[in-house]
Amino acid sequence: MTAIVSVESGRAAGKPRAGAAPGTAPGTVAVEIRGLNLTFQTADTPVFALSDIDLTIGRGDFVSLIGPSGCGKTTLMRVIADLQKPTGGMVSVNGVTPEIARLRRAYGYIFQAPALYPWRTVIRNITLPLEIMGVDKAERLSRAKRVLDLVNLGGFERKFPWQLSGGMQQRVSIARALSFDPELLLMDEPFGALDEIIRDHLNEELLRLWKRTGKTVVFVTHSISEAVFLSTRIVVMSPRPGRIVDVIDSNLPADRTLDMRETPEFVALAHRVREGLRAGHSYDDR
Amino acid sequence: MTTADALAGAPGGRGFLDRVRRGSAGPVAVVLAAIVAIWYLGAIQLNTPRIVDQYGRDGRATWTFAELVADSWSMERPVLPAPHQVAVELKKSVLDIAVTSRRSLVFHAWVTMSSALLGFAIGAALGIALAIGIVHVRTLERSLMPWIIASQTVPILAIAPMIIVVLGSVGLVGLVPKAIISTYLCFFPVTIGMVKGLTSPEPIHLDLMRTYSASTAQTLWKLRWPASLAFLFPSLKVAVALSVVGAIVGELPTGAQAGIGARLLVGSYYGQTVQIWAALVVAAVLAGLSVAAVGGIERLALRRAGAQP
Repeated sequence: MTAIVSVESGRAAGKPRAGAAPGTAPGTVAVEIRGLNLTFQTADTPVFALSDIDLTIGRGDFVSLIGPSGCGKTTLMRVIADLQKPTGGMVSVNGVTPEIARLRRAYGYIFQAPALYPWRTVIRNITLPLEIMGVDKAERLSRAKRVLDLVNLGGFERKFPWQLSGGMQQRVSIARALSFDPELLLMDEPFGALDEIIRDHLNEELLRLWKRTGKTVVFVTHSISEAVFLSTRIVVMSPRPGRIVDVIDSNLPADRTLDMRETPEFVALAHRVREGLRAGHSYDDR
Repeated sequence: MTTADALAGAPGGRGFLDRVRRGSAGPVAVVLAAIVAIWYLGAIQLNTPRIVDQYGRDGRATWTFAELVADSWSMERPVLPAPHQVAVELKKSVLDIAVTSRRSLVFHAWVTMSSALLGFAIGAALGIALAIGIVHVRTLERSLMPWIIASQTVPILAIAPMIIVVLGSVGLVGLVPKAIISTYLCFFPVTIGMVKGLTSPEPIHLDLMRTYSASTAQTLWKLRWPASLAFLFPSLKVAVALSVVGAIVGELPTGAQAGIGARLLVGSYYGQTVQIWAALVVAAVLAGLSVAAVGGIERLALRRAGAQP
């Protein structure tokens, strides 16, 4: 296997490496992770943030990473996004290293906080990545308008972030990530700070968006029902060391409504996630 | 909303103290009147000994308190001139004399302000440039910061004559040397404020730029610079006031022919205290107007940047 080791990655590797790992048809794998380790060297003892992670995320999948705080789910996402360097193992994003993928603007990252720039209006926040990528003005505006409609925020172009509710701000940040049309969306607990009613609403909206755009989504959460409701695939993680304890393929139909959360299939999936968390000692006293 | 408003809690208070905290016109006038009254009393206190001496030389044996007070407020060369004397001098030298005359304070104010503003412009640009360098290059922070701080511990009165002499020896005279002294004083608050401001973006905002593979220059102009504006303007207010001080100080050691500093020198040669005070008042007004102008630009800039009203 052509090992694309992130720690060795560099701008020198300008040309894309050929395809994904052997055995998988090229173009069907969005993210490939093999034997990934990440250790933080602290003053006294090393902290094993991620240990022996193997994970394949197919193109068009909606994959949730779920686990308690400290299980490394956000760290794993940051490694995929090249915001953090692993200490060992192989990661490829669209068949190239995370760094090359980042330089090619392969993904849109949505943080837990909306991270809007307060001095920019809604529309100028959305055009920010397009400005950086050198898209001309007319094209920037038309794309921004399109994604703003996609998140149902048409008419809010001239507002400043502080004039919007928390849920609306997070929708703007989703629109901003969609504006440059990346194939991969990395969402790090995007609705974690919102109340449950708004969260339910945005979950439905996100599902619609995902189906319309066909993006690959990696979604970090610590809500079991959110993970089960949204995902085609649920990755259960556990802390100390951060590792994967279970990967669950969802058998729920593609068309999902909030009511579905009372069906036996949904409850069974949620139960299996909970079992996985328990097996990873996530419910133990600390 | 001001800090005092927040301290006062609900704005509905009706008492005098509440109105003082809110800064209503009435109480502000009372405070101003108190300052003027103290000034008048001080003029009596400081000037009467010389009035009494004068009475003795004139052979006057008796005088009333009213005469003493009236004379202490109308001396030609008082120790402390009364406010109305300064006001009369100001009216004469600001309003009555043509602004092109050497006796016009407007003329002298313009001479000082032109060099102060030039020095401020250079100083602000230098301060910002230093801050950008310090934020991006670690070596610069280690190597420049001690010198920048040391530069401000040297008394400007000690170094100003040397700057004037050194620049004079290379042929730079007039406006520029004075402006350099203003620059020397006013780059410092701008550098300190901008280093703070340019490093003020939250990690999440910087991470966002990284996910877009933004260049260092793009991160500077689209994130660090706009985030630093809230820090830039308070620094500029300090700097512009210092630049007026610097220009005046720059006029002192050379025996400049024009400018507020020159007026102060001439006034002190001839014991013209009224003239000195009038010049001081003009200097204070110039600095105040400059700070107010920067404040006005700040409000416009922050409103454009979507600041909450």
